[in-house]
Amino acid sequence: MSPTQDPALEAPERATHYLNVDYGIWSWLLTKDHKRIALLYLVSITFMFFLGGLFALAIRLELLTPGADVVGADTYNKLFTMHGVIMIFFFLVPSIPAVLGNFLVPLMIGARDLAFPRLNLASWYVYTIGALFGLWAVFTGGVDTGWTFYAPYSTSASYTKVVPTIVGAFFAGFSSIFTGLNFIVTIHRMRAPGLTWFRLPLFIWAHYATSIVIILGTPVIAITLGLVAIERVFRIGIFDPALGGDPILFQHLFWFYSHPAVYIMILPSMGVISEVITCFSRKQIFGYSFVAISSLAIAFLGFLVWGHHMFVSGQSVYAALIFSVLSFAVAIPSAVKVFNWTATLYKGSISFEAPMLYALGFIGLFTIGGLTGLFLAALGLDVHVHDTYFVVAHFHYIMVGGAIMGYLGGIHFWWPKISGRRYPETLARLSALIVFLGFNLTFFPQFILGYLGMPRRYHVYPEEFQVLNVMSTAGASILGAGYLLPMLYLAWSLRWGPRAEANPWRATGLEWQTASPPPTENFPRTPLVTEEPYAYPLREVREY
Amino acid sequence: MTTGEHTVAHQFDDAEQQHEASTFGMWLFLVTEILFFGGLFTCYVVYRALYPEAFAAGSHHLDLTLGALNTVVLIGSSLTMALAVHAAQLGRRGPLQLFLALTIVLGSVFLVVKGFEYAEKFQHGLVPGADFVFEGGKAPHVELFYGLYFTMTGLHAVHMVIGVGVLAALLVLARRGRFGAAYFTPVEVTGLYWHFVDVVWIFLFPLLYLLGGH
Amino acid sequence: MSQHVVPLRVYFTIFATLMVLTGLTVWVATIDLGALSSPVALTIAVAKALLVVLYFMHVRYSDGLTQIAIVAGVLFLILMIGLTMGDVVSRGWLGTPGS
Repeated sequence: MSPTQDPALEAPERATHYLNVDYGIWSWLLTKDHKRIALLYLVSITFMFFLGGLFALAIRLELLTPGADVVGADTYNKLFTMHGVIMIFFFLVPSIPAVLGNFLVPLMIGARDLAFPRLNLASWYVYTIGALFGLWAVFTGGVDTGWTFYAPYSTSASYTKVVPTIVGAFFAGFSSIFTGLNFIVTIHRMRAPGLTWFRLPLFIWAHYATSIVIILGTPVIAITLGLVAIERVFRIGIFDPALGGDPILFQHLFWFYSHPAVYIMILPSMGVISEVITCFSRKQIFGYSFVAISSLAIAFLGFLVWGHHMFVSGQSVYAALIFSVLSFAVAIPSAVKVFNWTATLYKGSISFEAPMLYALGFIGLFTIGGLTGLFLAALGLDVHVHDTYFVVAHFHYIMVGGAIMGYLGGIHFWWPKISGRRYPETLARLSALIVFLGFNLTFFPQFILGYLGMPRRYHVYPEEFQVLNVMSTAGASILGAGYLLPMLYLAWSLRWGPRAEANPWRATGLEWQTASPPPTENFPRTPLVTEEPYAYPLREVREY
Repeated sequence: MTTGEHTVAHQFDDAEQQHEASTFGMWLFLVTEILFFGGLFTCYVVYRALYPEAFAAGSHHLDLTLGALNTVVLIGSSLTMALAVHAAQLGRRGPLQLFLALTIVLGSVFLVVKGFEYAEKFQHGLVPGADFVFEGGKAPHVELFYGLYFTMTGLHAVHMVIGVGVLAALLVLARRGRFGAAYFTPVEVTGLYWHFVDVVWIFLFPLLYLLGGH
Repeated sequence: MSQHVVPLRVYFTIFATLMVLTGLTVWVATIDLGALSSPVALTIAVAKALLVVLYFMHVRYSDGLTQIAIVAGVLFLILMIGLTMGDVVSRGWLGTPGS
């Protein structure tokens, strides 16, 4: 059946698709459709994102002035802890995989669903239970250990809600394990006929590599935080110095996951960028296999560098040297990606729709974040800027300038497919610009502050740092506005946005070969793949 | 449906794909378990390297006989589990139920013996915490050893309890004729889980019980 | 994987071997081998684990993907222990005050 005979593509408003096939709360809460589960996650993580953002706002308010004018030290410790815990465990780690990954992985490989749909639904419930524990901790007094939960403060000195927070993070971690497990099995076992590994979209390679990191890394943070909880509850001291326990051992175990975790947070975003760059350059990706393999290289090397978080902890200098060298190595595959994206842009037919603006912003900001990571990988320099705002700026350039820009770019790019509607393009471009400007105003001053010596996790600072802090807070409000706008116009588009055709961007990829929104079973019949990926320029909508 | 048949879930093309996906999925879960227990093994290796005498002293006070007995019991339960999967493969309903039941019994014996061991530790004040008592020097480091002993064997025991529960459910389903030569995937993947729990004990036993030069 | 039926005698042979190895490791623990005690105990444990994994868990007859997944898990565990111990062992080497 050619696309022109498919009623779902001809008259989308009359077609049955995954959104209107069934109504009622239980059709959502008991769904096994990966697309609906993706939307359940979208609602949850958006809520957690804004909660984490509120804590950021509170932090930046306090830092408007050098003194303790808004909150005291103890409260401030809780603010940055909860900002970090929520943003990392409850927003960034699930964001792209649980929303875009869940929605797109089966579609991109021509499958009817993930391998384990009930496990997928379970992962959302486990996430939600974890989020409820986290919220309970927040609303009953909060936690002040830092998202890093360093022992022995977390095990024996803090009087805050450490255990509920740990339980929340534990559940969130298992939720991500279920998702990663599902992706690996699906990608290995359920690709459409003709879809060989090197015909896969780079989004799939990115999620495959991410899932491997999730499987290998997350259990370690689970047991490590579990030991902190066991020590608090049962007084079994594994990290207790009084018993001969080693707090540095805690840090080894903690960072064994938490460094690869940053690759969990950035790899999916890189997958989005690959898809968006090719589409809006109308050009095949440059160096496809290099970009694909670089995802695996990042996943592997990412497990070998965790000690660079511990250069000043008391770790041996010889171990630090090894971790430093390996940290330089892990930058290489990321650089490979940046070079290949840039080469893709070169002589491409570039247009500046909102997803492309986010992708271009990503390339610049991720590069800055990545290069400053090399600063930190150098032992001598790290001793100077460790625990200063230099580090804070570095990881926000990656996580916000990188990961979140990729997330927003992806949401916009696939919004027509997910919702069946177009978002307002001018407003979206404006929001992307506001985000870009607000972001840089917030975080670039923090590089300078850190280099000048302003420590992180302090609620007070010397007078001479105030100007830069005020700039940073101003930027944060602009950034906040930039994040609110898409919330509003995307919601608006659900009701009043123009209906989208199957392939509004004229992009390659199986997901664009089915209706917007797709039917529950994704494809009327299983596609057969005969082409290389990113076969731009497209001549016409593909027959299948 | 007739004995041992099972509809293929809609996302799969055929029964073989479904079966391969299920077993691969269980293996990936077991990989997470390797790293989950692995965190505790890392703590063990570090502290044993730092405090070898204290670890030997702590190990000396564990009951080697009970530990060895439990090792035999658990490996025996792995045998019965393998035999259960074998029976299911060949569609032999009776032996399947027998071997599932035997695995449950052996697993329960292990847990009962463990319970006795724990109770004995409580009596002798060897449970970490405010009431920990150890004469013979290096008491703090010995408390560290016992902290690892209880968390490692405790986590292992939790996995055993879950395993016994799942096996009981499988036994009920087996009695209802749900498994046959054409479909026995739940038995197979539960078997993988059970064997993994056995493998963890194969390492726990020498690391915890065999240091003290009995 | 389930297509391959392992003969019963294989299971019983493996079980018997596991019993022998268990007895061996207990006996060896009663002898003082000095620095060799740990390597010997670990070698026996690894041998027992391999028997369970290869035969009871059918990995001997499994496809390469399963085998790679298991190797990856073990490899990363070894990396975690190895690099951590690398730090622990080398902490005092520099000889500087406080190190």
